Amino acid sequence: MAHAIDIAHDDQPATGIKRWLFATNHKDIGTMYLVFSLIMFFVGGTMAMIIRAELFEPGLQFVDPGFFNEMTTMHALVMIFGAVMPAFVGLANWMIPLQLGAPDMALPRMNNFSFWILPFAFTLLLSTLFVPGGAPAGGWTMYPPLSLQFGDSFPMMIFAIHLMGISSIMGAINVIVTILNMRAPGMPLLKMPLFCWSWLITAYLLIAVMPVLAGVVTMLLTDHFFKTSFFNAAGGGDPLMFEHIFWFFGHPEVYIMILPAFGVISEIIPTFSRKPLFGATSMIYAIASIAFLSFIVWGHHMFADGMPLAAQMFFMMSTMLIAVPTGVKVFNWTATMWRGSLSFEPPMLFAIGFLFMFTIGGFSGVMLALVPADYQYNQSYFVVAHFHYVLVPGAVFAIMGAVYYWLPKWTGNMYSMTLAKTHFWLSTIFVNVLFFPQHFLGLAGMPRRIPDYAVQFTDWNMVSSIGAFGFGLSQILFAIAIIQCVRGGQKATAKVWGGATPTGLEWTIPSPAPYHSFTTAPEIH
Amino acid sequence: MEAPQQPVRRANRRLITGLLVMVLGSFAFGWALVPLYSAFCRLTGVGNAEAKAGREVVHDTIDPNRFITIEFVANPASVGSFDFRPKVAEMRIHPGKLYDTQFYAKNLTAGPEIAQAVPSLAPSSAWKYFHKTECFCFSTQKFAVGEGRWMPVRFIVDPSLPVNIDRLTLSYTFFDTTQSAGRG
Repeated sequence: MAHAIDIAHDDQPATGIKRWLFATNHKDIGTMYLVFSLIMFFVGGTMAMIIRAELFEPGLQFVDPGFFNEMTTMHALVMIFGAVMPAFVGLANWMIPLQLGAPDMALPRMNNFSFWILPFAFTLLLSTLFVPGGAPAGGWTMYPPLSLQFGDSFPMMIFAIHLMGISSIMGAINVIVTILNMRAPGMPLLKMPLFCWSWLITAYLLIAVMPVLAGVVTMLLTDHFFKTSFFNAAGGGDPLMFEHIFWFFGHPEVYIMILPAFGVISEIIPTFSRKPLFGATSMIYAIASIAFLSFIVWGHHMFADGMPLAAQMFFMMSTMLIAVPTGVKVFNWTATMWRGSLSFEPPMLFAIGFLFMFTIGGFSGVMLALVPADYQYNQSYFVVAHFHYVLVPGAVFAIMGAVYYWLPKWTGNMYSMTLAKTHFWLSTIFVNVLFFPQHFLGLAGMPRRIPDYAVQFTDWNMVSSIGAFGFGLSQILFAIAIIQCVRGGQKATAKVWGGATPTGLEWTIPSPAPYHSFTTAPEIH
Repeated sequence: MEAPQQPVRRANRRLITGLLVMVLGSFAFGWALVPLYSAFCRLTGVGNAEAKAGREVVHDTIDPNRFITIEFVANPASVGSFDFRPKVAEMRIHPGKLYDTQFYAKNLTAGPEIAQAVPSLAPSSAWKYFHKTECFCFSTQKFAVGEGRWMPVRFIVDPSLPVNIDRLTLSYTFFDTTQSAGRG
């Protein structure tokens, strides 16, 4: 085994396709994750464009309702499991060893495996678009009995989810082992960068809930093919139980998509405020509290399904409690910026955008947590507006901010600031044009997941669709900025953000980061 | 790069084992939720499982002193040429008892047909007391050219049917779903 490791760590990368197929270098694997995620972002984005094109006007213009439902379902699955999660794993791969002063991830070959599962998982998932009966069309939540009626796509979707789950679990194990065992000597856990902290907690969440998802989709599979009755009322089962088990996974899952974003923002804001992070230790405890609370709030996804009053109260209170640690984080970020010497480079713009717009999503979340209000909001466009605010200008903006923050470190080149800032402003304007009107639509009673709507919803839907096309097209600038930066440009210094004050071990090595970094552990003072 | 030192490797292995046990534990927990939920609902009475079970029993109380007349009507099919008729024109039944009857349909059109029967009950206020446990109207029916067959209906009338109702008319109309069914 020791021999294999020696061979895998030649001084120079292998050439051609072998470099990527047999990659064990954390930087190569991180790059592959990020590129994969970007591709999936455009695939899922194309589906979103189809959805918004159909909703531009009432009536059925472009697609039939069945295909529309396939688009909403696939858009969610692709964006969650294909774009956001792999992007964070890619950032973890690149940055965790650099921030810890470790030579690589702890388990490099498992790392290779966990990445290479993903292209197969998504080939399987996306190929359902071409099977008889079409892709899954019952929503990404796969509620039975509807999901049991999917066509040939059903087992393919289940196996794709199993593969994604295995990939995430392996990635999570790798992150935990790296963080707990590979820190440079002299770095206690509490002095570890916030990005690593957020990922450590996220990795534990992944280990705790991805197997539950695997279990519940397996139950769907046996209900469909082996005549079990987990969710079949006629056989003594209960379809409601699916929702309980699914959301026990589902709610921690939404934090899996946002906690690493918190970590990223906690890195960017201090750098461009030229101040250390305010209340760094409280940030760690806040992340841990949010992670803990995520396990006891699943019921708020199913208030309207019928639930005893005591349970509704419990889930409402515990959900609202999450606003406290989240508030701690938002206030700490704001306090970090307070009287800081701010500069507005693209990563900082995205971080500030995150701060504003994620908080909007947080507020609508508190509204949805209220049981009596939720009876009106549930299954409406208000819900769509809420979770898109936390996921797009929340998680996705954090990912973009992270890319703009560390891209010069990865490539050794600066990207075009003008292009990146244009990308930021167009994205920010259009994302609000896109999602803000959906609050109004939801409050006015427009249901989600429908291809057609009553005519009184036309105006805001048109606005929203225009925002969607604008946002979608703006993302081409993102791809251009990255491609240009990879190909060349003004050379970046080791500190990259020289005028600002980036702290952390990743800024002590040259840009671009050498293929093998920290082969001897750095000294920490 | 040097291979990680022995103590680190041992620590890694221990940690990985622990994490894999966590993964298996979570997987087992997901499955354990099934009996846990059913135990929880039984112990706390959440979901009213007992009451729902009790409600089923009501149907079994047959009221031997009360007679209801059920009339069966087969409307001419919108499909086109269908021979469609009930086995009996009417039945005298007791509320609370399960009864069987049959309808016959034969495809007289020139091509194969897929059709769905849509039921209707008069008076419509009696719908919630009329329970079909089996009906050919639950799914689409396929008929080859010239194919005909008997199709079942099983039903119970709830004993809580208001006393002023002593006659119910159940009628069916076949609608052609060949186009839409073929597409799905």
